[in-house]
Amino acid sequence: MIVRILGEGQFRVDDEAAGDLNRLDAELEAAVERGDEPAFSAALHGLLAEVRAKGGAVPPDVLEPSELILPAEGSSMAEVRKLLSDDLLSDDGLIPG
Amino acid sequence: MGVMKRVSLVFKAKANKALDRMEDPRETLDYSYQRQLEMLTKVRRGVADVATSRKRVELQMNQLQQSSNKLEDQARKALSMGREDLAREALGRRSSAQSQLTDLQAQYAQLQGEEEKLTVASQRLQAKVDAFRTRKETIKATYTAAEAQTRINEAFSGISEEMGDVGMAIQRAEDKTAQMQARAGAIDELLASGALDDAIGGRRDDIQAELDQMSATSDVEQELSRLRGEIENTAPKQLEGGQNGARNGSQAASQAPNAQSGQTQNQAQAPTQSAGLPEDGA
Repeated sequence: MIVRILGEGQFRVDDEAAGDLNRLDAELEAAVERGDEPAFSAALHGLLAEVRAKGGAVPPDVLEPSELILPAEGSSMAEVRKLLSDDLLSDDGLIPG
Repeated sequence: MGVMKRVSLVFKAKANKALDRMEDPRETLDYSYQRQLEMLTKVRRGVADVATSRKRVELQMNQLQQSSNKLEDQARKALSMGREDLAREALGRRSSAQSQLTDLQAQYAQLQGEEEKLTVASQRLQAKVDAFRTRKETIKATYTAAEAQTRINEAFSGISEEMGDVGMAIQRAEDKTAQMQARAGAIDELLASGALDDAIGGRRDDIQAELDQMSATSDVEQELSRLRGEIENTAPKQLEGGQNGARNGSQAASQAPNAQSGQTQNQAQAPTQSAGLPEDGA
């Protein structure tokens, strides 16, 4: 499966690693819900490190969408909330079509 | 649902929304390709903007370093002239310049990081755009509009995600650059106001003015004592004129050391200070 880390590119990760990623992702989400910034930073850092360690970089000329997308290293909780908000879907949103 | 999945769904929704607007799927290919080329131009401009900003910070760092060095020299000179108050003032300003410098160094490292990330992002997007162009021609040549749909969707989703990623990277770099510009503007004002030092502006600063004044005074004192020496050498001839004159003369001579004891101390240190002057002038 392909996982993208925003600002870094895509990584191909074995499906067996998905369990670990999901566990870390659950920690990340719980931190967002609690509004716990330090826990959020730690969880995000751990998740990204896991993807980099277990994944291989996808060559840049591959045109495949990613199954999972992760916020950039060093993102704040506010940035991630913005990422998940509907702003992105509007025409002048962050993600250009 | 986890964060990773939700973010990817946001990206997919955006791509689907754009796809839905297209009546002829093959029209999507050309339209998207145009957008990709625009994005490539934008990311390259972004790299150039960050580089410009980084160079401005570099220039300011050099200016602050010069100020800091000059203030340290001034503090040393002031101290050698026995002016601890002036030395304190110079060191206080130096400390302020140093803290600005440390701050700028951190910002500089961040800008460098953004520049590197954007450069890599630009190369990655270029590779994807090239791949998309090849795929686009193949799809157009080989498939009917109906058959092409799935393949177009796949290629479009892949490139759309990359475009979104790059777009956010550009946004992030622009934000950092804007913060940096504001800070750089504030430091320019600080440097121009002379609050730190005017080594750069060319205007004479008050510490330097006082040091110059002191060394001028010190030169005058040296000249005075030289002249006094000359006069004293010729004095014995006048002493032969009368005892009254001699008594007055010896009184004046005996008072002099007490009155000038403070100055003598200054003069003793003067060579250090005046030795520094030619260096300063050069």
